[in-house]
Amino acid sequence: MIEVVDLYKSFNDQEVLKGVNLKVEKGQSLALIGGSGKGKSVLLKHIIGLTKPDRGKILIDNQDISRLRGKALKQLKERCGIVFQGGALFDSLTVFENIAFPLREKTKMKAQQIRDVVFTELARVGLSGAENKYSAEISGGMKKRVALARCLVMNPEIVLFDEPTTGLDPLISKAIHKLIRECQKSLNYTAIIVTHEIPAIFSLVDRVAMLFDGKILAIGTPEEIQASKNPVVHQFIHGELEGPISLK
Amino acid sequence: MNPVLIPFKIIGNFVHKFISELGGMGCFIAKSLFWMLFPPYLIQRTIKRINFIGVKTTLVIILTGSFTGMVLALQTYYALVKFGAETSLGPVVALSLIRELGPVLSALMVTGCAGSALTAEIGIMRITEQIDALDAMALNPYKYLIVPSLLAGIISLPLLNAIFVVVGVFGGYAVGVGLMSISGGTYFGGIRDFVNTKDILEGLYKSLSFGVLITWISCYKGYCAGYGAEGVSKATTQAVVLSSVTILIWDYFMTSILVT
Repeated sequence: MIEVVDLYKSFNDQEVLKGVNLKVEKGQSLALIGGSGKGKSVLLKHIIGLTKPDRGKILIDNQDISRLRGKALKQLKERCGIVFQGGALFDSLTVFENIAFPLREKTKMKAQQIRDVVFTELARVGLSGAENKYSAEISGGMKKRVALARCLVMNPEIVLFDEPTTGLDPLISKAIHKLIRECQKSLNYTAIIVTHEIPAIFSLVDRVAMLFDGKILAIGTPEEIQASKNPVVHQFIHGELEGPISLK
Repeated sequence: MNPVLIPFKIIGNFVHKFISELGGMGCFIAKSLFWMLFPPYLIQRTIKRINFIGVKTTLVIILTGSFTGMVLALQTYYALVKFGAETSLGPVVALSLIRELGPVLSALMVTGCAGSALTAEIGIMRITEQIDALDAMALNPYKYLIVPSLLAGIISLPLLNAIFVVVGVFGGYAVGVGLMSISGGTYFGGIRDFVNTKDILEGLYKSLSFGVLITWISCYKGYCAGYGAEGVSKATTQAVVLSSVTILIWDYFMTSILVT
């Protein structure tokens, strides 16, 4: 279970997170929605231990990742995976080498075993045959799928997605959403998906949370969020220009 | 704000920024040296880095080394002729190259070729979240990126310096013996008589320290690069300028310590 308790974070003088409280049950998928540049990716980076909070706790199975150091932090990170917005593939490596990278560095698997696992993952994300291409040679959608395969190859218990479909056409977006859902069902990981794909995301996740003004403004099932009477939530999910959210 | 206080604010900001940068650089090298001590020792990555920093700069080092030796011999010969001391051409060229020009110029060449590329590469990895990806995989970015580069710098610079000096001495030979008609025996005999181990060690210590300085500054600037293409380009420029200036300043202090 992931629990974020009263999380605060500022960069220089800009307060980004102002007391975030969030709970995600094991095996559940949660979509994190909210305006651009409002701290959703920052929150994800806190959850995976890439950023330290100014104040507050991030509990993963009751262990505060922000307080852990050394081996304990390493062990906790090994249980998590993240798919970055741009894929964050190592551009000096091929698709095969990118997916094999964590296996080579973190396990004692033999070359043939690594090969088998990588080809299985490539088939799962529909990229068989692309193993020898470099990241500069593949499309945005393929990069996201390679990033997902690289993340899933270590069988993480928690997977964080940072805008997995940004910049992709509707068909590829739908395919990625389907892939995320299928993988989550088969591997049963806990997922947090930062996204702007509204309303598509509502059919994909168990719960939806909206981050607004540095706090979680609303959280509930997709149906509850869609039926929300909160004017901010209503304006955001319906994409209305008039309302309490200022575009300035 | 009171206009009288504005200059103090500007100076204060500058000093604050300078001290934080120094602190950041200090922590960066301390962490890198700390992680250098612990396994896994990434020998293959270090060899790749030696190829990146050392092998790919060799041609530039040979070119600059040979012409430096040639121009040094040419300039020195006409000065020595005035005192009737042209037979000292060999030791003057060799000592200048071994003690000063070899370490400094080879370090400046490495800064221009490999240092800038190192900053750009690590900077791009930073802005495209590849460093975050390493960290998220519970792999230490210092261990994977910085330590192999530092080791490669320490190994490559003395070797490149040696190439620079040898090629430079032969460049001087080509001018002195080939063009100015000094005998080959006089040229190399003088070098044998006047160059001793202390001179060679001085050059070695300098190039070792330059190896650390270049990779430290280049990696730090890349690792802390700002956002976007502009951030990487700024980091690359800063790395080259800071490395070059630091090499020249550090060279003075090294010389003053080693000579006395």
